Amino acid sequence: MERRTIVAGSLPMLLTPLTALADWELNMPRGVTDLSAEIYGLHMLTLWICVGIGIIVFGAMAYSISHHRKDKGHKAATFHESTTAEIIWTIIPAIILVSLAIPAAQALIKIEDASNADLTIKVTGYQWKWEYEYPEEGIRFFSSLDSKSREASTLGSGIDPASIDHYLREVDNPVVIPVGRKVRFLFTANDVIHAWWVPDLAIKKDAIPGFVNDMWAKVNQPGVYRGQCAELCGKDHGFMPIKVIALEDADYQQWVAEQKQQAAAASAASDREWSRDELLTQGQKVFTASCAACHQATGLGIPGVFPALKGSKIATGDLNAHIGIVLHGKTGTTMQAFGKQLSDADIAAVITYERNAFGNNMGDIVQPAAVKAARQ
Amino acid sequence: MTVPADLTHEDYGGHHGPRKGLLRWVTTTNHKDIGTLYLWFSLIMLFVGGAMAMIIRAELFQPGLQLVNPDFFNQMTTMHALVMIFGAVMPAFVGLANWMIPLMIGAPDMALPRLNNWSFWILPFAGTLLLSSLFVEGGAPAGGWTMYPPLVLQTGAAFPMLIFSVHLLGISSIMGSINIIATIMNLRAPGMGYMKMPLFVWTWFITAFLLIATMPVLAGAVTMLLTDKYFGTSFFNAAGGGDPVMFQHIFWFFGHPEVYILILPAFGIASQIIPTFARKPLFGYKSMVYATASIAVLSFIVWSHHMFTVGLPVGAELFFMVSTMLIAIPTGVKVFNWVATMWRGSMTFETPMLFAIGFIVLFTIGGFSGLMLAIAPADFQYQDSYFVVAHFHYVLVPGAVFSIMAASYYWLPKWTGHMYDEKLGKLHFWLSAIFVNLVFFPQHFLGLAGMPRRIPDYAVQFADFNMISSIGAMGFGLSQLLFAYIVIKTVRGGAKASDEVWEGAQGLEWTLSSPPPYHSFSVQPVIR
Ligand code: HEC
Ligand SMILES: [Cu+2]
Repeated sequence: MERRTIVAGSLPMLLTPLTALADWELNMPRGVTDLSAEIYGLHMLTLWICVGIGIIVFGAMAYSISHHRKDKGHKAATFHESTTAEIIWTIIPAIILVSLAIPAAQALIKIEDASNADLTIKVTGYQWKWEYEYPEEGIRFFSSLDSKSREASTLGSGIDPASIDHYLREVDNPVVIPVGRKVRFLFTANDVIHAWWVPDLAIKKDAIPGFVNDMWAKVNQPGVYRGQCAELCGKDHGFMPIKVIALEDADYQQWVAEQKQQAAAASAASDREWSRDELLTQGQKVFTASCAACHQATGLGIPGVFPALKGSKIATGDLNAHIGIVLHGKTGTTMQAFGKQLSDADIAAVITYERNAFGNNMGDIVQPAAVKAARQ
Repeated sequence: MTVPADLTHEDYGGHHGPRKGLLRWVTTTNHKDIGTLYLWFSLIMLFVGGAMAMIIRAELFQPGLQLVNPDFFNQMTTMHALVMIFGAVMPAFVGLANWMIPLMIGAPDMALPRLNNWSFWILPFAGTLLLSSLFVEGGAPAGGWTMYPPLVLQTGAAFPMLIFSVHLLGISSIMGSINIIATIMNLRAPGMGYMKMPLFVWTWFITAFLLIATMPVLAGAVTMLLTDKYFGTSFFNAAGGGDPVMFQHIFWFFGHPEVYILILPAFGIASQIIPTFARKPLFGYKSMVYATASIAVLSFIVWSHHMFTVGLPVGAELFFMVSTMLIAIPTGVKVFNWVATMWRGSMTFETPMLFAIGFIVLFTIGGFSGLMLAIAPADFQYQDSYFVVAHFHYVLVPGAVFSIMAASYYWLPKWTGHMYDEKLGKLHFWLSAIFVNLVFFPQHFLGLAGMPRRIPDYAVQFADFNMISSIGAMGFGLSQLLFAYIVIKTVRGGAKASDEVWEGAQGLEWTLSSPPPYHSFSVQPVIR
């Protein structure tokens, strides 16, 4: 069957320029953990059993079709029952199934045992980005689609996706794990259900608001492993990739130290006064990363779904209402509470930006201190 | 055996033939007219849903967004599924049941003819309600046909339209099923014991029970969504003490039997057609009946295999893995029996037989991927990927849809009195069979390589197989225009069909003239 499709597939291949010829990926990856290899083994075992049964059944059919035909003068037999045959083709499949179920059950029990982990990472799904939190290290950050991919994937962008490195599979902040250690991932979500899927780690688990799931991986090889959200989560479901970097222990420790430094710098930034230009520059960055997916880079939104910020009552009205909706979101809509996601400085910056961009001309600025005060 | 008083009256169309004009179709209580209405409705919906599939595949032809924005893409995937399942496949099977069950069991009509009129006429309203949601503010539902909360609760003005159209569709199905059960239980001709009923009747009998058991469950689930959105309940809202996963359990408790609702009648059709063209009785009639019944029973205890990644306890995962694997046994029995029916027959290969053989082979491939999906650890890789898309399209397109085409060619001469164009029919089969594989086989590879379902744009390593799949889809879509052409041509004229139509055909429907009289079996046949 595989061969047939590949042959049929060569037709369009001849027609297309050599875009991604190297990537005729046919099969499940073997992955980089012991369990992913075991799952791959189960997959191949089942596949070969199916191929075997297929050869017997389709072979018998093909023989019958070529020999037992009226135009070859074959006369129809009259048999129409055989208890023996029925028993045989009930028992044999049952035996095959049992022999499949046993290794599958064994693998399942191992997969579901996330106890004694060396490290825990909490993964939270948002529309449409991931948040990673390392509770033991005090690290916490968001990971969203890389801006180059976002730009190229805009309807009618005219940018060739093949010209972008890892189109739709690149993020701003990858999640980093150490190799050789049992990492336990906890999954939850902020708004709707998402699913965290990295094929090389053989992990796919739903991230469900209000509930926590877990799954674990012990990666054997340093490397970069990519995946994406697997559960339909709204408009940008196809645009929330996952990038996992597995590092040797020493490199991992260094990464942790860097992250801690950055966090300290960010909190210092929230304690000082910002100039108008600083706020606007930072605000545009935050807006592109966190808001443009819905309100659009133009600030015009999508009529009926996401409101325009250009000339909006709130963005050109009372400042406190503006801070309020960004901090607390609006329940029952896709407008999230960004207070949990962004620092005071970032919120101050993005609000300043919204009030002075897209033709909005309020002239006022918001300082991080004002956001901090509004949080109380 | 009692005949409802209605059937002896002369006031609903009379014994002299149908009413004239449009009113005939609005007021009809005749099982053949209603069957015809269902079948035309289904054909139209096939093209509506097909057009949506074309938009989806056109967008996926290349990486990058060229045609539609992601929100509209999601509306298309959602609506494509709803239209195809509830608008095309189910009504087609009900239409076939309406036409054929009375003819096959020697009944004058359906047992509840007025209910029959209703169960059809609700459909166009439900369909219009659903489709018109495309034009309201915020667009059509875009949260997937599975309607998982919390996502589905973000739907705009289309939300209540979705819920009410699902309610209407459910009411229509339940009324249709009650009618089918009542007909089969009460109107069989003398001598037609249960174990003498043709398999198409048997499979529909069982399907009707599945429908009655599950449609109310779906109606309940969507009603809970409605109250969660508008009346402040928190059935599925964790913040209010509810559980979003509970919806999935309820939905799939309906949803899994639903997939058998979509395939059991197809099994029945294959079991009618294969013996006819093999000129040999169906092998293992009894085991076919038992296998169908056991599939139906098992279908109620496997639902969570759609949810292996939601975080079930290991014990539940093991249970649902094993119960799902069990379904392979009765399904296998069916396939083996069909092959044994062909074995040492005297086969000819007219269009219905071609479609029936295509059905068996390609449905079996869908069954194989189903077995793979049942293996829970491996399902962690397959779930919500294109592998799943490939799997269910194999069982639904060359599965359910091919069986409906097979049935249409098989019975069209009986319905219309004209033979269809055999050359064109065969052409239609070969085009469909080649293109359907071109669309869906590469999708297995895409899923295994890591492409999730329901995405409008993808990483460039998936480009080649997506392009092949899209080319196949365009070809498959165009080939179905040929089907519409053949059907219309046959309805309008053609060589006169004999009463028997097919040399090897067995069964009561072939004892009537082609086309059958407006009121079939005014004299009850007797089965020895
Ligand atoms: C997931 C989609 C989404 C994202 C991302 C998003 N918003 Fe919103 N936003 C909405 C929706 C929907 C509303 C309308 C809520 C309502 O019904 O009142 C809204 C409303 C608003 C309003 C009020 C507009 C008005 O006039 O009613 C402001 C201001 C706003 N958002 C700012 C932001 C900022 C700042 C960000 C980024 C930090 C952001 N939004 C990100 C969806 C989003
Ligand atoms: Cu998601």
